[in-house]
Amino acid sequence: MAPRLSDPAPIDAISGSAPVGGSAFRRRRRGEFVAAAAILLAAAALPLGIDSVYVENILVLTLMYAALSQSWNILCGYCGQISLGHALYFGIGAYATTLLLVKFGIPPWFGFVAGGILAALVALALGYPCFRLKGHYYTIATIVIAEIASILVLNWPWAGAAMGIQIPYAQPSWLAFQFGRSKIPYFYFVLALAAVTWLATWLIEDSKWGYWWRAVKDDPDAAESLGVVVFRSKMAAAALSAFFTAVAGGFYAEFVSYIDPDSVMNLQLSLLMALPAVLGGIGTLWGPALGAAIIVPLSELTRSYIGGSGKGTDLIVYGALVMVIVLLRPEGLASLLRRRPGAAVP
Amino acid sequence: MLTASSIAQIMVSGLLTGLIYALVAVGLSLIFGLMNVVNFAHGEFLMLAMYATFGLALGLALDPLVAVPIVMAALFVFGAAVYLGIVSYAMRARVNSGMVQIFSTFGLAILLRGLAQYFLTPNYRSIAHSWLGSRTFALGPIYVPAPQLVGALISIAAFFALWLLITRTDFGKAIEATREDADAVALVGISKNRVFALGWGLGAMLVGLAGAILASFYYIYPNVGGPFALIAYVTVALGGFGSVFGALAAGVIVGLVEALTAVILPSDLKEVGVYAVYLAVVLFRPRGLFGSI
Repeated sequence: MAPRLSDPAPIDAISGSAPVGGSAFRRRRRGEFVAAAAILLAAAALPLGIDSVYVENILVLTLMYAALSQSWNILCGYCGQISLGHALYFGIGAYATTLLLVKFGIPPWFGFVAGGILAALVALALGYPCFRLKGHYYTIATIVIAEIASILVLNWPWAGAAMGIQIPYAQPSWLAFQFGRSKIPYFYFVLALAAVTWLATWLIEDSKWGYWWRAVKDDPDAAESLGVVVFRSKMAAAALSAFFTAVAGGFYAEFVSYIDPDSVMNLQLSLLMALPAVLGGIGTLWGPALGAAIIVPLSELTRSYIGGSGKGTDLIVYGALVMVIVLLRPEGLASLLRRRPGAAVP
Repeated sequence: MLTASSIAQIMVSGLLTGLIYALVAVGLSLIFGLMNVVNFAHGEFLMLAMYATFGLALGLALDPLVAVPIVMAALFVFGAAVYLGIVSYAMRARVNSGMVQIFSTFGLAILLRGLAQYFLTPNYRSIAHSWLGSRTFALGPIYVPAPQLVGALISIAAFFALWLLITRTDFGKAIEATREDADAVALVGISKNRVFALGWGLGAMLVGLAGAILASFYYIYPNVGGPFALIAYVTVALGGFGSVFGALAAGVIVGLVEALTAVILPSDLKEVGVYAVYLAVVLFRPRGLFGSI
């Protein structure tokens, strides 16, 4: 298990790209893109064979967590800044979209973008002081800031306070982002969102920012000495990550049509966003989607079949599973998909 | 109106709460200082200790004060077992070790909460009768509830004992040495694994003590650890990860700030004051008040 000097560099290590053979690297990236397109097409055909609202609900949640975790992965997996306060950005998206709609009659589509931009600006404003903090100090600060925001919203009467906000029923249409009883349109929207976050990650992997972020993650001091602008790298990763998280938050608000601080801004949610990436493989392209595809259906199924109400069985299964996977495969389940090192070079 | 005596009342109750917060937090700080691991199941350790105290009161009619040593011993064993069974494996991870530590202990936290819900139901419990119970002491115009006062005194005694343990015993020296360089201690015949296991035992024992004290005047339910754990993380980060004295000072600060905020702002916002003070401090001292590592 211990890495040795003679081992070939892992494919996704920074050095793996240029010297080992540019063409193999390009071929691998093309392969990833084709695989993703195939998965996207297959997923898009899924609703044709399903007419259970229960299953559709699970699919929507799975894709939403895939998108969320992919967004989280940008800041935390690639740039190495472990945030456990992403519920803040999710909440900003959910509240911005809902308040714009309910108070000003502005359609959710605008709200998604506005929430995303607002969250990105908040991420920049918070990053300015917080990126001086390192390691656990940064992580605790993200938890605390999200907690403050949650308490403030909980005591903000205009935004519904603890009562939350109900989104009123509207005539079903794409403009109003309401579809009566059908969940299929939500499915396609969140599928597109998951695809966009995947594509963003795929593009990042071979961009200047992607190399900078991984350098910042591995060794900020060495990166700085090589001319990487560490602070700006973290800020850019945070803004992008927050933007997508907030769009997903806005989507969630529309999907469930009721939000309150407890359901869209709590610490548990921040952990749940991180979990698929951690299980699937943090800082990897496929990890978040793979992790979400396993953990979300499993958690929903245990909740409905052996959970009962408040019995705690779902928590037992969930907690034990997280522990076992993390301990047995610290590099994430995506590593099972990859060819063994050594076999990777054709 | 704020009179001198009401200000004194607020300060005293903040101080007592703060000393108990410090005791809740110190185990977390100790374990972090020893091996750079944050235990995300710390709140659930507290929850287990509270239930153990409750069980002893209900089943054997033991007063919480009498139950203290039993609960501490049980938590010591539990903490060492968690290290040997889970954390020692998490530390062996060659990649993502930070995330593996966070999420293996987070998984444990969820598991423990689930087990508590399953076997003990989500109902709120409290210990109906105890010696200290609802007694209060009057210090001049200031009234002090007996459980909080005794809890605070026990906390001070525990910090003193911990200080003696770290500075005056071979085990304390082994802890200091392992904290300095966990690999070099093997050269002088210290087993790092053993020190880590004992460190986890000690940390869990301290949160066990805090749990036994809290059980006598606080509601007991499966998620009780959540809010206390959050306060404990803030306390530890405020004092500086790994600093025992920092945890004591920060606990008192947190208690006082919380009590003062509850007077100035609506009481729903009392944590906001604590969090704001914490943020203000770490922005100027990124490693907390007394953090060195």
